[in-house]
Amino acid sequence: MGFRDQALSDKGLWLCTTCSTCVNRCPRDVNPMGILISLRSLLVENGQVPTTLRDALEGVYKYGNPWGIDRSKRSDWSKELKVKHVSQDKKVDLLYFVGCASSYDPRAQEVSRSLVTNLNALGIDFSILGNNENCCGNEIYSIGEKGLFDILVEDNLTLFDQYSINKIVTTSPHCFNAFKNRYGRNDLVVQHYTQYLADLIDRGTVKFSKKLQKVVTFQDPCYLGKHNNIYDEPRKIIENIPGVRFSELPMSKGRSVCCEGGGGRMWVDIPGERAAENRVRDAVRMGAEILAVACPFCLLTFEDAVKTTGNEGLVQVMDINELVTMAGVVHS
Amino acid sequence: MVKAGLTIGGGIAGIQSALDLADQGYKVYLVEKNPSIGGKMAQLDKTFPTLDCAACIMTPKMVDAGRHPNIRLLAYSEVQDVEKDGGIFKVEILRKPRYVDETKCTGCGVCAQHCPIEVRNEFDEGLGVRKAIYVPFPQAVPLIYTIDKDSCIDCALCEKMCQANAIDRQQRPEQVGVEVGAIIVSTGFELFDTLKKEEYSYGMSPNVITGLALERLLSASGPTGGRIVRPSDGKIPLKVAFVQCVGSRDEKSGNLYCSRVCCMYATKEAILLKEHVSDIDVTIFYMDIRAYGKGFEEFYQRAKQEFGVKYIRGRVAEIIEDPKTRNLSLIAENTETGEIIEHQADMVVLSAGLVSSTNDNLKKTLPIPIGDDRFFASSNPKSDPVKTVLEGVFIAGGAEGPKDIPDAVVQASAASMKASIFMRE
Repeated sequence: MGFRDQALSDKGLWLCTTCSTCVNRCPRDVNPMGILISLRSLLVENGQVPTTLRDALEGVYKYGNPWGIDRSKRSDWSKELKVKHVSQDKKVDLLYFVGCASSYDPRAQEVSRSLVTNLNALGIDFSILGNNENCCGNEIYSIGEKGLFDILVEDNLTLFDQYSINKIVTTSPHCFNAFKNRYGRNDLVVQHYTQYLADLIDRGTVKFSKKLQKVVTFQDPCYLGKHNNIYDEPRKIIENIPGVRFSELPMSKGRSVCCEGGGGRMWVDIPGERAAENRVRDAVRMGAEILAVACPFCLLTFEDAVKTTGNEGLVQVMDINELVTMAGVVHS
Repeated sequence: MVKAGLTIGGGIAGIQSALDLADQGYKVYLVEKNPSIGGKMAQLDKTFPTLDCAACIMTPKMVDAGRHPNIRLLAYSEVQDVEKDGGIFKVEILRKPRYVDETKCTGCGVCAQHCPIEVRNEFDEGLGVRKAIYVPFPQAVPLIYTIDKDSCIDCALCEKMCQANAIDRQQRPEQVGVEVGAIIVSTGFELFDTLKKEEYSYGMSPNVITGLALERLLSASGPTGGRIVRPSDGKIPLKVAFVQCVGSRDEKSGNLYCSRVCCMYATKEAILLKEHVSDIDVTIFYMDIRAYGKGFEEFYQRAKQEFGVKYIRGRVAEIIEDPKTRNLSLIAENTETGEIIEHQADMVVLSAGLVSSTNDNLKKTLPIPIGDDRFFASSNPKSDPVKTVLEGVFIAGGAEGPKDIPDAVVQASAASMKASIFMRE
C-alpha cells in the first residue's frame, strides 16, 4: 500500500509481546497480532533484527535453544531425579516436554524439578526427550522467523513420530501453544501442566498432606489464557491447596496484563516503565504473599521486577508446581 | 374462523397491535410475562428526537389496553403451547401465581409499605430497591401487586395489613386455554449482556452503567427522583463518557448488525444530562454516528452545537478504574487524528446493543424461522415485513429486529391490519 518502508522502520514492531489482547478484542476480527508478526518476517528477511534477538535465533538454529547453550547440557537439570528417557518404553503414555527456559535457566530449572517431583509423587508414568529435546519454536514464530520455525516443526514432528506418544504435557504455555495451534497437527494431544493437574484433581486422585497458610494471587500467562482461553484450571489447583487464601489481581483473566516476556521480548530490552513492575506493586498492595505463575517467562520477569521495585521479602514469585510440591502432594 | 387474536408481549409494539386489532372489533388476548405491561419503553425517560416524555405517551396506551372492552389482558402469564387445528390456534397460557387475588387487589400499596424485604428493582435496572410484594412501577397495568416468592420470607405481614383480603399465599399456577384465528408475536428484545465485554469493567466498577440504567437515573419517577448521581458514592458526576456499539457491529459478540437506536439514545441521554447538571462534560466515543431517521440528523447537530456534547470517533479499547477514587480512564484512539487518548470520566455509560430475547420455549412452540441475527425473520422483508412463514402468525417490534419506537409502532399497526385481513378471509 506504499507504506512498506514507513511500517518497517517503526521501532514499535519489536515492542509487541504477542499477548493477543488485540486479537481477542478486535470487533472486526482483523488479527493485528498476525499482521505484526508478518511485518516482523519482512524485517527478518532483510536481516534487520536487534542484535540480541539475532543471537537468540542463532542459538536456536545451532543448539536448539535461544540461549545458545550446548545440547549436551539440556537435561542436566534432571540428573538427580527419577526420570525416564522416552526411548525406554515402546509406548509412551505421557511425554513431559520441558522447554528451553525450563531446561537451561537455573531458576526455571527448579520448576521442572518440582513438576517431576509432583508427577512422581502422584505415581504418574512419564518420560522426557532428554538431550534430544529441541526448541518448540513458539517464540521463533512470534519473532517472525517463519523459515526457522518450519525447520523446528519438521524436526520436532519427526522426533515425536519416532515414539508412540499418547499425550504431551508442557511446563511452558508457549510450547503448549506451539504444539496446539501452530504445528498444524490435530492428532497431537497436548496439555499444559495446569490442565493435567486440574484433571487429576477432578478425578479425585490428588491429595495434599500439608497446609500452605498464604495469600496467593495469580498471573494469567498470555499463551495459556488469552491465546487458549484456559483460566479456570490454574485457579482450581491453587484453590485446592489447603490453607491458601486466593485473591485475584486487579486485572485478571481476559484483562490480564502481560509480563512482557513473550513474543521475543525476553531478548529485547526496551527501557521505560515495565508492566511486570506494576503488576508486582499491585500484588504487594493487595497483600499477596505469593504471586503464583504458570509460565517460565512470567517467573523470570516477575522475579526481576520484585528486585527492581524493592519488594524482596514482601512477595514471592512461585510457579504453581512449586506450590503443589510445598503442599506435599500425594496420590490418593 | 375465530374472530379473536393473540398478542404475545406487552411492550409498545404489543400494546399498539392489540389496540388496533381490538378497535377493529376483534377480541384480543394480550399476554405479558411480567407483572405489568409497558416493556422497555416504560423504563425510558424521554424519547428521541423530540424529547417527548415516554411515560406521557406510554401510560395512556397502557391504560387503554387495560380497560378496552375487547382486550383480555393476561399479565404475569406465558404462552406455553400453541396447536393449530384447521384454521384455529389452540393456545395454552400459564398464569403464574401472583399470590394476590387479581379480583380483590385495589393496588393501594399498603402491603408493600409493610413488607420488610427489600431487593434490587429490575425495573430500575438494579439502581433502586423494591419490596418482596411489589408493582414494578407506580403506573403499572394492571395495578395489581405480586409477591416475589424467591425473596418472600412468608412473614404474612402483607396478609395481615391487606384490607381487601387479596393476599392468597396458597395461590396455584393456572392454565388458561384460548382459541384465536391469528397471532402477533411482539416479544421484544433484550439488552446485550455488557458483562461479556470485560474490558469495559461493567459489574466490576460501579460507575460503569448501561444506557437503560441512565434512563432510570434521568427519570423523575426513577430511584433518585431524577437526580444524576454516580452509584459508587452518590456524587454528581461532572464528566460522563458514553461508549457506543457495545455488543453491536462486533464479530466477537457474534452481533454483526447495528442496533439502530444507540446513537440516538446516547445523544438524547447526553442532552438530558446537560439539562440536568450544569457544567457537565459529556463525551461520546463512537464508530460512526447513524442518524438516519426523521429528525435524527438535526437532533445530532443540536446536541453538538446547542448543547456542546463532544463526539470522539474511536472505539474504546479499555476502561480502567482508579481503585481509590473509582473514577474511570478510557483508552481509545481518536481515529480522526490518529492520537491515542486516555480520557478521564467520573461515570461511563455503555450504549449496550439490542439482542433477541431468549424465550426458548416460545421459539419451540412457534417455530418462526430465526435469522442470522437471531431475531425472528419475516417471510419477505420487502413485500411482507410483518408476515411469517407460519400462516396466521405475524411479527412486530423488537422481536423482528432492533428498531426505535416509531418503527415498532408502525410495524405493530401493520401486523394488526394483516392479522385482521387474515381473519376476514
